[in-house]
Order: sequence, then C-alpha cells, then structure tokens
Amino acid sequence: MDKHTTSALLYLDGITVSFDGFKALNELSFVIEPGEMRAIIGPNGAGKTTMMDVVTGKTRPEAGEVYFEEGAYDLAKLDETQIAELGIGRKFQKPTVFDMHTVEDNLLLALKSDRGVRATLLWQSSVPQEKRIDELLEVIRLKALRARVAGSLSHGQKQWLEIGMLLAQEPKLLLVDEPVAGMTDAETLQTAELLREINRDKTVIVVEHDMAFVRELGVKVTCLHEGAVLAEGSIDQVSANERVVEVYLGR
Amino acid sequence: MSAFPFIRMLDRGAVLFLLLLGGFAVAIPAFNLLVPSGSALHVSTYLVALFGKYICYGLLALSIDLIWGYAGILSLGHGAFFALGGYAMGMYLMRQIGTRGVYANPILPDFMVFLNWPELPLYWYGFNSFAYAALMIVLVPGLLAFVFGWFAFRSRVTGVYLSIITQAMTYALMLGFFRNNFGFGGNNGLTDFKEILGFNMQTEAMRNALLVISCLALAAGFLICRAIVTSKFGKVLVAIRDSEARTRFLGYRVEAYKLFVFTLSACMAGVAGALYVPQVGIINPSEFAPGNSIEAVIWVAVGGRGTLTGAVLGAFVVNYAKTFFTSGILAPYWLFMLGGLFIAVTLLLPRGIIGSYEHWRGQHGEKHDAAMRVASPHAAE
Repeated sequence: MDKHTTSALLYLDGITVSFDGFKALNELSFVIEPGEMRAIIGPNGAGKTTMMDVVTGKTRPEAGEVYFEEGAYDLAKLDETQIAELGIGRKFQKPTVFDMHTVEDNLLLALKSDRGVRATLLWQSSVPQEKRIDELLEVIRLKALRARVAGSLSHGQKQWLEIGMLLAQEPKLLLVDEPVAGMTDAETLQTAELLREINRDKTVIVVEHDMAFVRELGVKVTCLHEGAVLAEGSIDQVSANERVVEVYLGR
Repeated sequence: MSAFPFIRMLDRGAVLFLLLLGGFAVAIPAFNLLVPSGSALHVSTYLVALFGKYICYGLLALSIDLIWGYAGILSLGHGAFFALGGYAMGMYLMRQIGTRGVYANPILPDFMVFLNWPELPLYWYGFNSFAYAALMIVLVPGLLAFVFGWFAFRSRVTGVYLSIITQAMTYALMLGFFRNNFGFGGNNGLTDFKEILGFNMQTEAMRNALLVISCLALAAGFLICRAIVTSKFGKVLVAIRDSEARTRFLGYRVEAYKLFVFTLSACMAGVAGALYVPQVGIINPSEFAPGNSIEAVIWVAVGGRGTLTGAVLGAFVVNYAKTFFTSGILAPYWLFMLGGLFIAVTLLLPRGIIGSYEHWRGQHGEKHDAAMRVASPHAAE
C-alpha cells in the first residue's frame, strides 16, 4: 500500500477497538484539518476517551487506519513517547499535573527540549527557556502562583496548568479531555477563551459534556455514539438532529 | 560546566550533612587512637568497626532512597547488590590469604582445597588484582541491575509486582550462593581474611582507615545523589514517581530513566557491600536473605524517603537500636520491635524523621519564603 494521501492533520478511517467483545470503537472515521478546533460530544461509553487512547498510542486499534500530518505517520505503529515527540499533546480528563513539583517546574518538564537521559542530567537553565515559561504563565494566568506546589492549586487552576503544559510541548495537535468538568461558570468561560486563544496557532480537539461550553467555543461538533459518528456539523445542526436528541441530549 | 550546579546541589542541609560526616570521620579515629584507653572519652576499636559498618549501611540506604524516594521504584532486593559487591571484595581478600591458609595452597582458597577442586574456576581469575576486584565491585551489581531492569522496566513492571520480583531475585541468589558447587564457599561464605593491599586487616589503624574510607565513599555517593536529584533529571524522576503515565505522554522515555538510576543505585550498593566485608571480616549467603533488603527499606522509611540525609540517619538510628536491643535481655523481641517501628513510622510519621522536619519547617517558613520568591522570581531555581 502506498503512503496515504490526505490533506488532513489527523485522519481516522474505520477504527475498531473492542474490550472483551464490547466494541468501544466501531469503524470510527473522521478527519481534522490543520488549524481546526473540533468539539467531540457523546454519551458515556460512546468511545470518546478510547478514540484519544488510539490517537496517543495507548490503545492499538484492531482494524482501521490512523494517520497524522497529511498521512505521513501511521500512529498505529508508534508508541506513546514517539507520538508525543511527533507533536500530539494530551490533556487528561482528571487533571494530572505533578503535584509535588512547583507550577514552574511542571512547565519546565513539559517544555519542548531534548528528553534524553544525558540531556536532563547535564541540563542548565537558560534565558530563552525562562522567557518561554514566563510567557506560558501569562497565558494560563498563573504567574503569581509560579512557585506554588501544583498539588495546592484549585481544580480549575490545575486544569489550566495542564493546558499550559500541553502548550509548552509546542504540539501540532492538542487533545483536551473534559477541560471544564468541575469548573465554576466563570472558570468555564475563561477556559473557552483560553482554548480559542490557543486555537489561533494550534489544532485542537476538545471532548466535552458541557453543552454551554461547546456552544461558547462555537466550532464544528462531532457527536459519537456506540463507537461511531452519529452526527457532525455546527452545534445548532447537531443539537437539532433527532438521533442526537434521542441518545444524548434527551427529549 | 560552571559552578552553578554545585550551588544548586549544596543547600544548607547538604552542607550540614557533609560537615557532620567529615567531623565524624575525624573525631572517631582521633578518640580511638589519640585518647588513652582508660579515659572516658576513648572510643573502643569495637565501636570504630561498628560505626564503620553503619556507614556502609548508610550508603546502602542512600542507594535505596535514590530509587525509592525519587523514582518510586521500591526494590526489596537491594541487599543482593550489596552482597554481590561484598562477594567481589571477599574474593579479592581470599586470594590475598595465599599460603597463610590452613591448607597453605598458594592459589586455591581453603574451601576449594577442602572440596578437592583441582584448579581455580575461571570466574575467580583476576581477583588477585585489587584493581580488577574494584572494577567487579561496581560492574557485577551494575550489570545484574541493568539486565534485570532492562526486562522489568521495558515490560512496565511497576509497584508491588516489581518489589516481588526483586525479592525473588535476591532469594534465588541466596539459594545459589548457599550451594558448595557454586564456588563461593557455600554457607560458610568467605572469611579468615588476612590483609588488604598488603596491610594487616586486624590492626586498629586499619579499622580506622576503613572507617574513614567508608565515610569518603558515603560522601561521594551523597554528592552523586544530590547532583542527580537537583538536576532536571531529578525532576523527571519525581515526575515518574508521581505520575508515570503522564511523564510518558510528555515524551520522556520512562524506562531509560529508571534503568539509569536503578543501575547506578546498584553500583552504589555494591560499593557499600565491598566496604562492609573487610570491616565485619566475613561475607556469606545470608547477606542475600530477603529480610535484609526489607530491613534496609525500613531504615529509609524511618529516616524519611526522598531526603537522602534521612536515609543515612535512618540507617544509623535503626542499626544503633538493633545493636543496643539485640545485646540485652530484649534480644528475642528485636524483630517485633523492628516491625512495630515500621508500623509506627508508617502511621504516625509517614514522612520519616527528616521528611517530617522539612515539612514542619516548610509550613512555618512558608510566609517568609513566599515573600522572598515574589522579591526574586528565580530564587526558587
């Protein structure tokens, strides 16, 4: 087979994953164009997290194809570290920052740099790195808390820090899993603003349950159900779809 | 490299530790050799050897703290690396006995003559040279750790499963070394050492020299550990400890980090074992006993994991208690006391002695520190 030809940044075709006979993903296909921001919605068990696991190399698909960067890389053949190096960053559903490290050190660890053993052993702080960390702290609004231990941050602040860590890796594609779960309304709005800001130069996939937040993002929406795409379009189109209302939004 | 990393690694606690260790290495020999034995200040030669042994335990505890306290790798088989280093030293010391053995065989150690072995096994070759033995002291534990770690970390064996297979590793080695045909003296081990590098091992001067050398080795090990934990590498280790999956998604090769630090730690344990053997005068397979490795982990827990200085302190405190209690009427109850101590520390002092102190100071000094950090944003680096 030839190398895949597509203009998409991320290309999924016929992805199937099953756990003990249960099909978490059932011939899932969709594409993300470069520079796009896409919201993914769907009921619990629709396969949203499994889809992210496939893209980041945590789970291998049984069937189907998953390509990155106009078909240049077959993600099904790479492991987590290699995929991270390609420029796919992931934010987990539960905020997973390094609790024992300071906000600053969390960003330092995420900063794009040589990840090898020797490089980190001989590492010395440099002015460009410090500047980059300052910029990131500005973006995620945590400048005043830079020396605080990440474990002592509020839930919302941890989510932002994690988004900051994603940005620090300078990824081409960001996968963001439920960024506003457990946030206050004000924090939710700020997060939407933050993601739009990030989308100016990065491609973003957001998985989210909060419909108000998805509406606030104002981007194309894909609704998953039973491991496949149920509907795709603007938030108004998707929420008008009968099947979506039936399985997800409720009458 | 600039002087900057040295400033980073030598914080107040580290400097205090090195000063105390240096003072110890000077004071103990001074009170032993210079103060007359009738004086109340005299330190007996027995105590010198005992303290020398504790220092070696301190180095073993340090090596465990490096992997457990910082990388979250709980090895319950580190005694194996300690014992392998000890055996490498023991083999050198056996070859030094020469014709002074009971059977006066210039080449074969006594136990081989006793077993009617016609010639020296291949793996005993070279141990008449101290340089070769010194190399093996580091290389053998390091190589075993590398091979073991290669398979374990690549297969992502973590947590309690890793701890169990490290136990199995040290147990298997113990069974092997107990066998006579293994070629390491069976259950008697290696003993009756006469001299090291041409110096008589039984003199007071030698006891003191070994203590000082052990202190130097501990100081070197401490500096290596400090250099590692204060580098970005150290930050990655802590990240692995707290969230391995996250670290992997950040693009770090977790297995490479673990393998490096595990191998280094095993080399340090080997050096500790090698210095231990001439001071106790014997190495036998019971050093591989799983209980020994667990005991060493308890020292670290008591002193405070992830503090380095705590590990050394824990090794001292627990072993001093052991020496004290096992020589009195409480001797039969020592293991109960050790178990009780471990439970008490886990429940009441989960951060250990040094860890609790640092935590307490951190809380009381927080306001002050916060003010400092605002004043100079890079103070935290």
